[in-house]
Amino acid sequence: MYAIEMNHVKKTYGAFAMNDLNLVLPMGCIMGLVGENGAGKTTAIELLMHAVKKEEGDIKILGVDNESTDFLQVKEEVGVVLDEPYFPEVLNAVNVNSIMKRTYKNWKEEEFFAYVEKFHIDKKKKFKDYSKGMKMKLSIAAALSHNPKLLILDEATSGLDPIAREELLDLFNEFTREEDHSVLISSHIISDLEKICDYVAFLHRGTLKFCEEKDMLHEIYGILHVGMKEAEDIPKEAVIGVRDNGYSREMLVKRDLMPKGFEVERAGIEDIILYMAKEGA
Amino acid sequence: MLTKAFLLYILNINSIGGKNLEIIIKNSSERPIYEQIYVQIKDMILTGVLSEGDMLPSIRGLAKDLRISVITTKRAYDELERDGFVNTVAGKGCFVAGTNRELIREENLKKIEVHMNEIRKLAKSCGITGETLIEMFRLLESEE
Repeated sequence: MYAIEMNHVKKTYGAFAMNDLNLVLPMGCIMGLVGENGAGKTTAIELLMHAVKKEEGDIKILGVDNESTDFLQVKEEVGVVLDEPYFPEVLNAVNVNSIMKRTYKNWKEEEFFAYVEKFHIDKKKKFKDYSKGMKMKLSIAAALSHNPKLLILDEATSGLDPIAREELLDLFNEFTREEDHSVLISSHIISDLEKICDYVAFLHRGTLKFCEEKDMLHEIYGILHVGMKEAEDIPKEAVIGVRDNGYSREMLVKRDLMPKGFEVERAGIEDIILYMAKEGA
Repeated sequence: MLTKAFLLYILNINSIGGKNLEIIIKNSSERPIYEQIYVQIKDMILTGVLSEGDMLPSIRGLAKDLRISVITTKRAYDELERDGFVNTVAGKGCFVAGTNRELIREENLKKIEVHMNEIRKLAKSCGITGETLIEMFRLLESEE
C-alpha cells in the first residue's frame, strides 16, 4: 500500500506547466522533495491535499482518491505543515488547542501540550509574538497531535537554526518508527533530507527529474575529476554534467557506464541535483 | 505454552543486549551502507558473537536507531537471508540461522592456502625469504 500515489497528474498556471507527474511514496517511508523555487513543490503538495484542482491524472492519499467523498475522513489522518504558519495572530497555544480539539476527532490534548513543552513554547504568548522558529514548531506540534499517519511538510525546517532542525528531524525519524507512518518533506536544505529520507524526488521546472532511493543515488552516480585530455576517453553516455575550471574537468557520471580504471568519487545529493539542473537548463 | 514463547522472546532480547551488538556506519566509506551492515552482521555470526536463534533488531528499529534508510536496512537483511545467515519468521522477526561455522572456516582455510601458495611462488621467483614475508605480514597487520 502506498501513502501517496500520483499518476499522470497535470496542472498548468500560465507559463508554468506540470506535465505527467508520477510520484509514489510507499507506506512507512520518508520522501524528500527538492527543487528550485518555482519548481512546483508547493503546487504538488496543494494538488495532493486537493487545495487546487488537477487537470488530468489521479491522486490517491493513503489509498483513497482525493476527489472522493471518503477523502474527508483521510484528512483526519494527514498532518500538513505549510511554509507559512497559519494560525490567527491573537491566539496562544491554549487557544489553538481548544480550536483543534473541536476540529479533529482524534485530537490528543496531552500530546499537543507535551510537544509545546518540548519545544519550549510559552503557552500564554500570542502567535504574533512568536519567532519564526516557534511558529513553525507550533504548526508541527499541531500536525503531530491528531494521530496522523502521513505528514506533509512544505519547507518545514527552513528558517530554523541547525539545532532546532536537528530536533525536528529526530522527531520525523521517530514518527516513522511505526510501519504505517509516512512523511513527505520538501526542503532546500538538502543535507537535512540526506539525513532522514528513504527516497529523494527532484522536481525541476514542473518535471520530475528523478524519484529514487537515497542510497541508490550514491550507487548510480559519482563525481570524477580528470584532466582535459583524459576526459576525451570517457563515453558520452556516462556523463550527466560537466564543469570546467580551466585546469581540470569535474563531471557527474553514471558509475555503471564508466570504463574501468577511473577513480570515481562519492557524489552528494546536492552535487547530483546541481549538475542535473544545469544540464537541463 | 504462551509463557514459554514469551520467555524465549525475553531471552533472545537479552542475549542480543548482553552481547552488545555493535554496528558502525561510515557515510564517507566507498562501501554502500547496506554492504556495511551486511558485512558487520555476517562477521558477528561467523565469529560467534551472534549465535543460532539470536533475534536481530527489527529492520525498522535498526534503521531508525542508526538513522539510515529503511530500504537500505531491508536490503542488508535480504542479502543476509539469501546467503543463509538469517531466517525471517513472518510476524516474529529475523533470527540468526544455524550456519555451519566449521564448514565456512574450512573453506576460508582452503582459500588462504591457495593465496599462500601464490605468494610462495612469487617470493621464490625473486628470492624473497620467508622471514621477509613474515615481516611484511606483521607490518600489514600493525597498519590495520
